[in-house]
Amino acid sequence: MKSLVRGPVFFGLLIVLPLFGLQHWVLNMLVFVLMFAVMSSAWNLVGGLAGYPSLGHAAFFGIGAYALGSLFKGQTVSSGYEPFLWLPVVGLIGALIGWPIAVISMRTRADVFAIVTITFLFVVQTLAFNLHGITGGAQGLALPIPPFPAATFEQPYYYVLVLLLSVAMGLTFGAARSKVGLALSAVRADEDKARGIGVPTTGVKVLAFSVSVGLTAMVGGVWAYYQSFIYPQFAVDPLITIAIVLMTFLGGRATLWGPILGAGILETGQQYLAYELGGSQFYLIAYAMIFLLIMLFLPRGILPTLVERLRRRRSSAAPAPAPRMETAA
Amino acid sequence: MHALIQGVILGILTGGVYALMASGQTLIFGIMKVINLAQGAMVILGAYLAYQLFTSFGIDPFLAIPITTVVMFWLGVAVQVVFLRPLRSEDRSELSLLITFAVALLLEGIMSVTWNTTHRSINTSYANGSWTVLGYQITLVRLWAFVLSLGALGLLFLLLNRTKFGRAVRATVQNPDSARLLGVEAQRVSALGFGLGAATAAAAGSVYGLLYPFNSGSHYDLISRLLSIVVLGGIGSVGGAMIAAVIVSTSSAIVASTVSPAWSEMTFFVILILVLLIRPQGLFGTVGRGSI
Repeated sequence: MKSLVRGPVFFGLLIVLPLFGLQHWVLNMLVFVLMFAVMSSAWNLVGGLAGYPSLGHAAFFGIGAYALGSLFKGQTVSSGYEPFLWLPVVGLIGALIGWPIAVISMRTRADVFAIVTITFLFVVQTLAFNLHGITGGAQGLALPIPPFPAATFEQPYYYVLVLLLSVAMGLTFGAARSKVGLALSAVRADEDKARGIGVPTTGVKVLAFSVSVGLTAMVGGVWAYYQSFIYPQFAVDPLITIAIVLMTFLGGRATLWGPILGAGILETGQQYLAYELGGSQFYLIAYAMIFLLIMLFLPRGILPTLVERLRRRRSSAAPAPAPRMETAA
Repeated sequence: MHALIQGVILGILTGGVYALMASGQTLIFGIMKVINLAQGAMVILGAYLAYQLFTSFGIDPFLAIPITTVVMFWLGVAVQVVFLRPLRSEDRSELSLLITFAVALLLEGIMSVTWNTTHRSINTSYANGSWTVLGYQITLVRLWAFVLSLGALGLLFLLLNRTKFGRAVRATVQNPDSARLLGVEAQRVSALGFGLGAATAAAAGSVYGLLYPFNSGSHYDLISRLLSIVVLGGIGSVGGAMIAAVIVSTSSAIVASTVSPAWSEMTFFVILILVLLIRPQGLFGTVGRGSI
């Protein structure tokens, strides 16, 4: 019930936030935070809820970027909003590519799934450099220049991403309260038993993966249009996968708010690190170290740990219920 | 036809090196059920160590192998003890995957700080020597690499089949619970097994550095190749990994020499997908617990 209040308040705040005349660097950072919040939330659908950790989401980010780039190759835009209207198509392309991969790789175990997704990531990376006809190779691919006024340049991207975030969070929220969500957590808990009692495990896994990578591809499309130029090394970057996974784990996987919290903390932290360490390779070391520390000391994430601590405090503050139960018996 | 046979020769010779890398990876999986995504980064670290020993002290990369394998063995043990051992058993397989990925990035970061990102290659006096046999070119360094890899794999085989430690490893792979009941210290075997995997990476790294130019990002090229080999051979099967390595590298060398080098990168992904469609457990894998 509480999240029915929390959700609208959170999105209300997000909607009015840019109206306070924030500076460009703040808005630019918020756009990136939102991108990663959407992707972490989407990753959580399959990596958190179903317990199938995908390492290939960065490939779908790149696929989305190049899909939008191909749709608008050599074209100009008048109002500037046309690429956003094509985002559902971009998402569909991502989902259609993801679907057979999920069908093949989810037949066996989560290990094999992770292997196939990470291998797919590197194959797409190689293709991005080599398929000159589509991607322009290392020279990159230009998108139409957005005609938005400089004063409010970030706003269209910001609001589109807020919309995508509401979709991703709405799906997570809905999944937790529906048969699909129940089936997904059954898959995570014990897949063989779930299949044994007639849960359509393959169906829900593949569905979760396709939806998840579709959303990721749409974020890739928004990113491409925001940058208006795509280089393969940034479009298909293993660090994006790591960032998404790390954010979800930091905040708390299989929770509604965890991925958003994780994205908020890490993306701002990352921008700070990149600024302080000047994008040098120390940045990679810092990132990997943070990852390792979180895995070791906070493997369940911030939110679940906090919730449990709160619950424990409450139960120790309240009079112990155990004796009463004994007298009742 | 000439290009095809040349591709086969090249593929078999290169396959030996990949077999060495993959044997370590599949060994780690067999013992701990951990997919080591840092295996590629460890190979590149081995290559850098060999490069440094060669440029600073003039030690031949082949002779550097005893030094680098010992260093990397302890590094592998440290990774297992510090990062993998504390994991709770219920989410070990999922978290270990992410942890080894983070270790790979950590190693990449450290390597690019230490040696920056320009491509390095180890240029020995014999690097460009080659024999021509019946019109086919065989580069000397590749032949030596192949022989050395076979030698290292032979040592690994002896270690696994003729020593007490090897018996403990094989017991753990077959049935970890029974092994523990019979007095095998699972954590110790895991740590030493991870070290052994890293040591094979070091040996393979020396050879890799002789064959190809590399930089800190090269492990990305390696990791998907290695994973395809391991899946094709059957995860956890050392013998399977050796045969799979030759199959994968031969077919990608054939594609490179007859179609185009760009598509050879796709070959192993196609093989991976085909394996999963036709025989998901791999060539020599078993559905349940395996043997090495």
